[in-house]
Amino acid sequence: MGHNPLSVESVTYQYAASEWRLFPSSFAVMRGEILGIIGPNGSGKSTLLKLAARILSPGAGTILLDGRDLTGMGRREIARHLAYLPQNAESHLDYTVEEVVAMGRFAHARGMGFLGPDDIDVVTRSLFQTETEGFRQRSLSRLSGGERQRVFLASVIAQEPKVLLLDEPTSALDIHHQVRFFNLLTDLVAEGMAVAVVMHDLNLASLFSDRLLLLKQGKIVHQGSPEEILNKQILQEIYGDGVEIVEHPATGRPVVLPTTAPVQHKKGTS
Amino acid sequence: MLTPRKCAFVLAGYALLSCAVLLTAPFFGSEPLAFDNVVGALFSHRPHVDADIFFYHRIPRVLLAFLVGGSLAVAGSALQVVLRNPLAEPFILGIAGGGAVGAVIAISVPGLLIRLGPFSSVQLLSLFGCILCICGIYRLASRPVGISMTSILLAGVTINILCGAAILLVRYLVSPHLLVAMDRWMMGGLDVVGYRELSALLPLLLPGLAFLFIQGPALNLLAFGEDMATGHGVNVASVQKQILAGTGLATAAAVSLAGPIGFVGLIIPHAVRRLSGVDHRVVLPASFCLGGAFLTVCDLVARTVVAPTEMPVGIITAIIGGPIFLRILLKRGNRR
Repeated sequence: MGHNPLSVESVTYQYAASEWRLFPSSFAVMRGEILGIIGPNGSGKSTLLKLAARILSPGAGTILLDGRDLTGMGRREIARHLAYLPQNAESHLDYTVEEVVAMGRFAHARGMGFLGPDDIDVVTRSLFQTETEGFRQRSLSRLSGGERQRVFLASVIAQEPKVLLLDEPTSALDIHHQVRFFNLLTDLVAEGMAVAVVMHDLNLASLFSDRLLLLKQGKIVHQGSPEEILNKQILQEIYGDGVEIVEHPATGRPVVLPTTAPVQHKKGTS
Repeated sequence: MLTPRKCAFVLAGYALLSCAVLLTAPFFGSEPLAFDNVVGALFSHRPHVDADIFFYHRIPRVLLAFLVGGSLAVAGSALQVVLRNPLAEPFILGIAGGGAVGAVIAISVPGLLIRLGPFSSVQLLSLFGCILCICGIYRLASRPVGISMTSILLAGVTINILCGAAILLVRYLVSPHLLVAMDRWMMGGLDVVGYRELSALLPLLLPGLAFLFIQGPALNLLAFGEDMATGHGVNVASVQKQILAGTGLATAAAVSLAGPIGFVGLIIPHAVRRLSGVDHRVVLPASFCLGGAFLTVCDLVARTVVAPTEMPVGIITAIIGGPIFLRILLKRGNRR
C-alpha cells in the first residue's frame, strides 16, 4: 500500500472572467477517516472538492488516486474508485429510490447498463446500509429531505468507492437527520472508506470529523484535529469576532457558540 | 429497477401499438380502398388502382409520418433531459427556424425550383438551413470544456427570432401568390413524398437516432445535473455532443421533408414518462413508437376529415395534443 487513497498536490484553479482563485493547495484523505472541509462562504471549499473529484480540471498540480494520476484515467475508471455527491442533486424527472441507487452502478455496468446479480447485491446492500430499503419503490418526490439525501448517499455508496467526496450533504436537514446521516458516514469509514465532507456547520464538523481542513480566501490556512483547529484564536482570525468555544459535555470535542461580546466593548467608548 | 425482461416487455407493448397503427392507417383516406383488391394485387398479380394508391401513395406517406413523429419525439425526450427543462422540444434549438428560412427562400425564387436526385429545392435548402443553424449553435455554445447548455437555449431562441425576421423580410418582398405556399410549408405537411425521398432521409435519420438511443443510461444520470453525472462516471461533454448531433440530424431530416410539425416533440416524451416511467432506456425507444403512432393517426385525421382535400397535419397535432397535454398537467397538479 503506502499510498493515501487520495492525495491532492498543489492544485490551483481560476474561474474564467473572475478575480477569485484557488492558491496551490495540498491535502490527503486517509483510509478510515472523515476529513471535514470548513471555511467561510466563498473560501473555495466546494471548488477544492470538485477539483479532487476532477469535476473541474486544475490549472496546475496533480491529484493521485491510490498513487495514480487522475489525468490519465477515464471517467468510468475514476468513478469506480472515487464517488462525488454534488451539493444540490435534484431532477425534474421523478425517479424511484431503487432507480437512483441502481444508477450508482453506471461505472461498473456495460452496454445499456442492465445490472447483473452482483450489481443487484451491491444495490440492495447500499439500500440497507442507508436505511432506505423500506421505501425502495417510492418516487423521490414523495420523500422528505432527509430521506432523499440518504438515497443519494446510497447511490454513491453503490459505486463501491474507496474515496467518497460529499459537498454539504446535510445542509438542508434538521438536526436529527444530520446526526443520523453522519452516523452512517462513521459506519462507512469504519469499514475502511476515506471520506471528505464540505461542511458549513462547525459543530457537526467538530463532532464527526477526524481531521479538519480550514480554508480562507482560496487558501488552506490550517489542517489538524478539531481540537487543534477550533480554538478561539484561529476562529477569530478566520470568521472575526463573535465566537466562543466550549467543551462538548459528552464527547469533549470543541463546540462553537455565537456570542454578543463586542457590544460590551462599545459601551465604554460612547 | 429495470431488468432486461421488463424493458423488453414494456417496449413490446409499444411496438405492438405501432404495428397496429402502421397496418391499419394505409387503408383509410379520401379514396376508400377495398382490402380484397389490395391483397389480390399483392399475391395474385392482379393490377388494380386501389393497390397502386395503397402501395405508392398511402404506405410511403404513413411511413414518413411514423418516422418524422418518432424522430421528433425521441429528440424531444433527449433534449428535455440534457437541457434540464421539461418544456424543451426539438425546435427550441432553432433548427426549425433555419429550415423555414431555407424553404421560404426556395419557394420565393421559382428559378431555384430544380430537383437534385430525389430532393426538391425546398427540401434541399431547408436541410441546408437546418444544418447551418446546428453548426452555428454548436459554435456559439462551445466552451473550453464541453458545451454550455444555458448558452444553447439562449442561442436557439435568438436564432429562432432572427429566422423569424428573415422570413418576414422574404414574405414582404415576394409576390403575394407565393405566400400561400409558404404558409402551407410552415404548417407542416406530409403530402409530398414517395419512396425515394423517404430512403434518402435515412442516412441522416438512422445515425441521428442511433446517437440518441445508446445514451439512455447516461441520460438517466444527466437528469440529476452535470456534476452528479460526472461523479458517477459519465463523460458529460462527449454525451452532450452526441446528443446535440443526434437531435440535430434527426430534426433536420424531419423538418426538411415535413416542415415544422409542432407538439409531437413536446408532449410525447411526457406522455411516455407518465405511461411507463422515467428510465430513458425505455423512454427513448418508447417515444419513437408512440410519437410515430401519434403523428400517423394525426395525419390520418388530416387526410380524412375534410376529404377530398386535406388539412395541414401541424394543426391536428396541436388540436389533439394540446388538450392531452393540459390534462397531463392538471392530473400532475392534483397528485401533488
